Amino acid sequence: MAQASQKNAVGKPLIEGRKVSKVFKSAGGSNDLVVLESVDLQLRTGEFVALLGRSGSGKSTLLRILAGLMPPTSGEVICASQKVEGPNPDVAVVFQNFALLPWLTVLDNVMVGLRARGVPYDLAARQAVEAIDMVGLDGFESAYPKELSGGMKQRVGFARAFVMRPKALFMDEPFSALDVLTAENLRSEISDLWEAGRFVAESVLMVTHNIEEAVYLADRIVVLGTSPGRVRGVISVDLARPRNRKSEAFRRLTDGIYKIMTNPSIGVDEALATKDTKSSLLPLPHVRAGGIGGFLEIIFDHGGTGQLSQLSQMLRLSIDDVMPLVDAVQLLGFAAAKDGQINLTEKGKAFALADILQGKEIFRGQILERVPLINIMLDTLRSKNSRSINAEFFIDILDERFSSEEAERQFMTAVDWARFAELLEYDAGTRFLYDPSLGGVL
Amino acid sequence: MHVSGLSRIPRGATAVWPKLLDLILFLAFIGTVAGIARVGAGMFAPFSPPTVLPEPIDLNPWRLPYYVARSTLRMFIALPLSLLFSLIYGYVAAHNKRAERLMIPILDILQSVPVLGFLSVTVTAFIALFRGSLLGLEAASIFAVFTGQAWNLAFAFYQSLRALPEELREACLTYQLGRWQTFKRLELPSSVIPLVWNGMMSFGGGWFFVSASESMSLLNANYTLPGIGSYVTVAIQQKNMQAVLFAILAIGLIIVVTDQLLWRPLIAWSHRYKMEQSEGDDRPASWLYEALLASRWVQATYRGAQRRWRACAEALPQREFRPVKAPVEPGQVNWIDRGYTAAIALAAAILAYCGLRFILTEIDVGEILHTAGLALATFARVVLLVLLSSLIWVPVGVAMGFRPKLARLGQPVALFLASFPANFLFPFATAIFVKWAIPINLGSTLLMAFGAQWYVLFNVIGGAQAIPAELREMARTFGLRHWQLWRALILPGIFRFWVTGALTAAGGAWNASIVAEVVSWGDVKLKANGLGAYIADATELGDWPRIALGVGMMALVVVLLNRTVWNRLYNLAIRKYSLS
Repeated sequence: MAQASQKNAVGKPLIEGRKVSKVFKSAGGSNDLVVLESVDLQLRTGEFVALLGRSGSGKSTLLRILAGLMPPTSGEVICASQKVEGPNPDVAVVFQNFALLPWLTVLDNVMVGLRARGVPYDLAARQAVEAIDMVGLDGFESAYPKELSGGMKQRVGFARAFVMRPKALFMDEPFSALDVLTAENLRSEISDLWEAGRFVAESVLMVTHNIEEAVYLADRIVVLGTSPGRVRGVISVDLARPRNRKSEAFRRLTDGIYKIMTNPSIGVDEALATKDTKSSLLPLPHVRAGGIGGFLEIIFDHGGTGQLSQLSQMLRLSIDDVMPLVDAVQLLGFAAAKDGQINLTEKGKAFALADILQGKEIFRGQILERVPLINIMLDTLRSKNSRSINAEFFIDILDERFSSEEAERQFMTAVDWARFAELLEYDAGTRFLYDPSLGGVL
Repeated sequence: MHVSGLSRIPRGATAVWPKLLDLILFLAFIGTVAGIARVGAGMFAPFSPPTVLPEPIDLNPWRLPYYVARSTLRMFIALPLSLLFSLIYGYVAAHNKRAERLMIPILDILQSVPVLGFLSVTVTAFIALFRGSLLGLEAASIFAVFTGQAWNLAFAFYQSLRALPEELREACLTYQLGRWQTFKRLELPSSVIPLVWNGMMSFGGGWFFVSASESMSLLNANYTLPGIGSYVTVAIQQKNMQAVLFAILAIGLIIVVTDQLLWRPLIAWSHRYKMEQSEGDDRPASWLYEALLASRWVQATYRGAQRRWRACAEALPQREFRPVKAPVEPGQVNWIDRGYTAAIALAAAILAYCGLRFILTEIDVGEILHTAGLALATFARVVLLVLLSSLIWVPVGVAMGFRPKLARLGQPVALFLASFPANFLFPFATAIFVKWAIPINLGSTLLMAFGAQWYVLFNVIGGAQAIPAELREMARTFGLRHWQLWRALILPGIFRFWVTGALTAAGGAWNASIVAEVVSWGDVKLKANGLGAYIADATELGDWPRIALGVGMMALVVVLLNRTVWNRLYNLAIRKYSLS
């Protein structure tokens, strides 16, 4: 479906959740868990909706309720102006962990739904083979799931859903059990199918915790808040397809949603309206604060300016080793590099001249002004009564942007800088961050 | 079966070998059918005590194959029956919350009632049911094997249904698989492996029950069914050591043969139902399974049957597609549930009251206390047995489990020894006890251990194998040795498996006490003080209140022990010492 025709088609409600609430009752009834509270959600024909939320926002539960796999505690789900009271035959689900039957071949797995509907064997097999071809698995019909890689298994999951020609395709974190490259590959194929208008389903509902994935694929993003899950806001994604992740608009939107996700109290419109560049979460170069100071002093001793190649030679480092330092001093506004030449700014000179306490003061000022990640950390820390927070909280957030290894490195770099600036304290043993203004917690 | 074994046969051999293979398998098939018909005919012999009795057992070794076949046939009738029972029972219990609350405790109690204690009740009932035919005794014997298998299998099926991954259930729902389809595609396949393993273990235990039940001296009369068990009994009566030896040889042989012809192929076949997402390395091997896969005749027959079945199913008028219903959500406990629980409790109380009144018509409280004392004596034997067999078999099992070659040999051997009906060895033991004047009160512990101890070995081998190689390497690099190594790694690692093995051994020992506390050789009869001997005596006399008291007492003790000791150990093992 091309962009234009899609816009035209959007409108008729296909599946609608009205005031959907879900409570998981505990045995005694005393600690009932409210997972969803009065959620309204409409899936219209021709649109791709992403349900975005952190873990514990009940997004997967909402998907199951809308698919009729689980009854809501209160509220109702309407499809074709009828109340949904059982697994909805108009919906096909793609599961996070594939949910393939290990003892059936790829073909039999894909045929399972057709056979259940009484489609004769030969016809079902023919349709299944077509669906298998469509997801690029031709030749694997008689393979068993355990012979396939994760990505191929999820392709079988898609084929099983496609062959049903459902009105709505529901995807429950379909790419999150796959490695980064495979996920990216499959994601762009799904995107291509959707854009080419050859998609089998009229609408898609996807659950994800990955902001980029949501912005890349969806027409509309529904952001869910946590405990209890409720709709915090709906964001229309009006970016032209195919979408370019590197584009400014894409970046701005992901950053805005990122802000919403990390800040439970901010309103959706508010977060998206502000256009300050601060919010742009550029990756931090992996350099220690001490290294930055040392580097600035060397440039200063060199007369406040120098050729990068010369500097790296002097330091007996390759240019690749020096680049993170250059990035860092630029990010912090201590120097500007251009055409292989680096010049200290006034701040940079002041920093190089300052004693240790003054230096920390200058560094602190630059961080607060220029490093959004540390600002987010500080804001979150101050919003907590205990003035302390577990490192995993931020690493989870960073995970949505970076690989988990990189998320950990980003976090450690930010902590190193902030500690140097005496903005926060960190206990590596317990992995807790503390606000030092509260007095020595350690 | 989509896996075709044809490719495994060298091309050059295709001309002769496949045809020969087909011929061999075909003849084997015909032979089996004919054999069953021939042996099975004996089941319908007239029987109307005390005038018309089955032909007496002939100790001529040439008659032995026939007797073995009769016993084996009983085993093979009991197996599908218990499978069918357990599928229905487990399915209902897993799908109906209310039924579950009644059915699972019942299963718990049934598992604790000694199998041989059932026998006295059922023989009378079955003889009455099949008046004038040997089928009554036959059915009672089959039922004894059934009771040794069914509870076990039902529990295994129930647990495997409960443990199904939620996503797979949801996939079946969203793709509109009805109850039958879900059963066929998901629930049954995912239970194949636990069913096959449990089936194999309890089938092994069945040899003991079938042989013990063939010659129960019951209700003042000796009813003997033709079979290997009664062959041994007669041999013991006549002090014919040679015949006993022949019988031991025969039973050993038939255990190996059923293992090769039934359980090995089943295990190899069940491998395809493994819930694994990636290909494991260790595929169980079976020559018969390979042969069946390689045979064109078998494959063609299978595919033809599959095609015809599908054609039939599609030729039938198709019912219109109806969306499946929503799964029922467990709601708040309401007054219906409370009433239901109360009704169950009331029924149980009434039953217990009636049972107690029946017992008390003839028996005073003093004797009840006396049986409690006897239960204590048997309990002491069981404890001693579990301790001794653990002391011996834990080190041996660990040593074997750490050496893959030995482990591959050790587990089947342990299973063979566990399957071997220990009562066949009792005559030798009795002779030795008499000769060396070993008190039977101690000796019966040894007899009970004959069959039971192997479960400890079997499970410990499995446990040692399951300790990750990485942890053993860690222990080696940190120089853990001797007691430290045992305390830090081996004992915690095998604990869960030991609990399973020791529990099974204890259960087997309680059962065995009924035959092990009273043993005889010719006219020498040794009797120990214990609950087993009490039940055996009451059964022989047909003393119903005492049978009820003895069996009830044993079931009560076993249930209590399960609830207090074993459950706690098992939970501890799962909570603290789980290595997965």
